[in-house]
Amino acid sequence: MSTPHVLLGLLAAGPRHGYDIKRAYDERLPRAKPLAYGQVYATLGRLERDGLIAPTAQDQDGGPERTWYALTDAGRARLDDWLGAVEPPAPYVTSTLFSKVVVSLLTADEDRARDYLTAQRAAHLQRMRELTVVKTRAGAAVDDVVAADYAIAHLDADLRWLQTTLLRVADLHREVHS
Amino acid sequence: MTTLLRGTAIIRSYGPTPALRGVDIEIGEGEIVAVTGPSGCGKSTLLHCLAGILPVDSGQVFYRDQELGQWSEAARSKLRRTRFGVLFQFGQLVSELTAAENVALPLLLAGSGRREARRTALYWLERFGAGELGDKRPGQMSGGQQQRCAVARAMATEPDVLFADEPTGALDQLTGEQVLAEILQEARGQHMAVLLVTHEPRIAAYADREVVLRDGVVDPSGLGIGLRS
Repeated sequence: MSTPHVLLGLLAAGPRHGYDIKRAYDERLPRAKPLAYGQVYATLGRLERDGLIAPTAQDQDGGPERTWYALTDAGRARLDDWLGAVEPPAPYVTSTLFSKVVVSLLTADEDRARDYLTAQRAAHLQRMRELTVVKTRAGAAVDDVVAADYAIAHLDADLRWLQTTLLRVADLHREVHS
Repeated sequence: MTTLLRGTAIIRSYGPTPALRGVDIEIGEGEIVAVTGPSGCGKSTLLHCLAGILPVDSGQVFYRDQELGQWSEAARSKLRRTRFGVLFQFGQLVSELTAAENVALPLLLAGSGRREARRTALYWLERFGAGELGDKRPGQMSGGQQQRCAVARAMATEPDVLFADEPTGALDQLTGEQVLAEILQEARGQHMAVLLVTHEPRIAAYADREVVLRDGVVDPSGLGIGLRS
């Protein structure tokens, strides 16, 4: 994930201070990689240095001093470029799951491979169940539903691929041994 | 959890082709169970056998600890009409009847009066977001509307168990999930058991538990296929 661009996006609707940005991040991208406060402030510092955001105000409001930031014209242009740029469809598969399944099918003994695949499938389905509970809960916020949908779709894809792979391996084995 | 429905050693063939080769399965009261597995594994046949739509070649089906094979055909048929709800991939509504008449049908068969059946039918159509469809025929409805109507029909008798065979299969993903979520919310609210046949992990994740079939038997590994054979 591109944290600088996400922060630019969170500033698109108007100025915010670091604490507010962090809260908006947690709310809008509830299942994304957690973002630490330190990372928010470090990223804001770099964005300011590069002229993509500028401080607009400071307040103290009883607590620590807060700096409000706004997008500059350059920042808005950078955000628009990012939002318009097509993400390259992943050119090669980096998932550990992929490597492990293939290796276990090719090299491991059959019982061990079955045990691994059974446990992996159960873990995937359990996670999907938990996410399904999250998204079907009464009054679930759309941010949570959208984030859960994204995770479920990927877990679902893993399981479908696993199933297809098992069917292909079975076909291959049948051909070799007939 | 009290067992509502239990199948033991169920065997069923189509001519010389075995579809179920000895399936044991239990469904608790109010439990939502997904039956999954690759095409041809026997999952739809199992649903039909448990719902009493297809006879078994051998094995037993118990409803609240009573073996249905011991019942008269009339008693089994009454059980199906009053305690079982059935929902298929394509709603299978009667095309000559309106939505309200379709939903009222099982109620009339179960002995309700005409007026009461219509009122109950409209209530269930409303409940599944199809309240405005009462006087439309299936040909005048979208696929999603037809399925909502079929759901209302399956739920209108307030069965103890709903048998749902790929209930979202003919709908787009969002509509399908919305309809399924509504069905299960209603089922959980009423403590109604659901047997959900699906080949999609995403849909199986809506259930409390999954039973995977492979070549007509339950596959405890859940993979639905062997590794080398």
